[in-house]
Amino acid sequence: MPLTLSDVAVARGGVPVLSGVSFALSAGEALILRGPNGSGKTTLLRTIAGLQPPLSGDIKGATDTVAYAGHADGLKAMLSVAENLSFWAAVYGRRDIAPALAAYALEDLADRLTGTLSAGQKRRAGLARMMVTERPIWILDEPTVSLDTEAVGMFAQAMREHLGAGGMALLATHIDLGLEARVLDVTPLRAVRGAIHGASDEAFL
Amino acid sequence: MTALLIRDLRLAFRAGGGFGLGLAFFLILVVLVPFSVGPESALLGTIAPGILWLGALLACLLSLDRLLALDFEDGTLDVLATAPLPLEAALAIKGLAHWITTGLPLVLAAPVLGILLNLPAQGFGWLVVSLALGTPALSMIGCFGAALTVGIKRGGLLMSLLVLPLYVPTLIFGAEAARRGAVGMAVETPLLLLAGISLGSVALLPFAAAAALRMTIR
Repeated sequence: MPLTLSDVAVARGGVPVLSGVSFALSAGEALILRGPNGSGKTTLLRTIAGLQPPLSGDIKGATDTVAYAGHADGLKAMLSVAENLSFWAAVYGRRDIAPALAAYALEDLADRLTGTLSAGQKRRAGLARMMVTERPIWILDEPTVSLDTEAVGMFAQAMREHLGAGGMALLATHIDLGLEARVLDVTPLRAVRGAIHGASDEAFL
Repeated sequence: MTALLIRDLRLAFRAGGGFGLGLAFFLILVVLVPFSVGPESALLGTIAPGILWLGALLACLLSLDRLLALDFEDGTLDVLATAPLPLEAALAIKGLAHWITTGLPLVLAAPVLGILLNLPAQGFGWLVVSLALGTPALSMIGCFGAALTVGIKRGGLLMSLLVLPLYVPTLIFGAEAARRGAVGMAVETPLLLLAGISLGSVALLPFAAAAALRMTIR
């Protein structure tokens, strides 16, 4: 089922940041979000992942199909890489973490505590988590932060396999991954201040 | 769900997991009481049920701010909120894990500490029963408080202020059941009310906690 956004507006901290976002994403496609800091890329991704409601507009096809990876990796420092991945695999009803370990060359690190890994190794483990979810839509916020060239290559390869298998991906990144992906620049979609009502948290105060 | 429970228990026993902190706090608090009120055994025996209940409650409170805050900081809550497991179930499981690692050890340690406070012999059984019935409510109410304050930096104190008033009914009926047990009176009424509070908390608060958490992780 394709992911469709129609005229979506999102707010961060009660301030509207983006409005009029519309696009459709079907199987095998990737969309890269571009825009300066604070332009609302993260907010848009979190909204599509269902972590916050949109101010207005419709998001279709994102229910129970999304795997989200934000700035934090969602890994426990005091558990080993394998324990972390097995936990997430079990939450998503999967068992086998071997392909995910292999894709990011984590076999040798599998028994190390995640807290003792370097930032790049941790990020690789975080990205491997996306593979054990086996969900069709990957939502990735700056996935290549702290990765070296080789690891970026692993990530691009994993993305190609995911898209080749009919998956979809939404990324906010500034690095060219060599993927055939459409680019959406969110700069022109910046919401006009005060133009949208209901953005504040007044209802809860 | 089992995976989440096993993970939380495993984390509790790893370094920095905080298992035993509540128990150690309970022990120290109870040991300090005879120093502060004096070694008069009749007086200690009278206040023992109340002191043990208050100590258990404070020990429970102590470990609450790590219940969700650590998962919030490392992004686990964001991923859990988008996972197939309903957030309500995840929070109920986290409450259960908190009870197993904090409440259950308190229940088991209470009779030993009762000796220190000269608790009358007939009161030991009822003390354990009342704590066993009441501590699940403490964990679940605490889980709700943690969900309300998880987005706030250093929200531990605010959480204590929110949670302590909610603990009042549990404390009243729990301590009353333990006191009546110690002096040989009928304990059914406070025990039934205590069980009611626990069952109500376990049934309803996961939903309230999930609603609160959805607001705070926005």
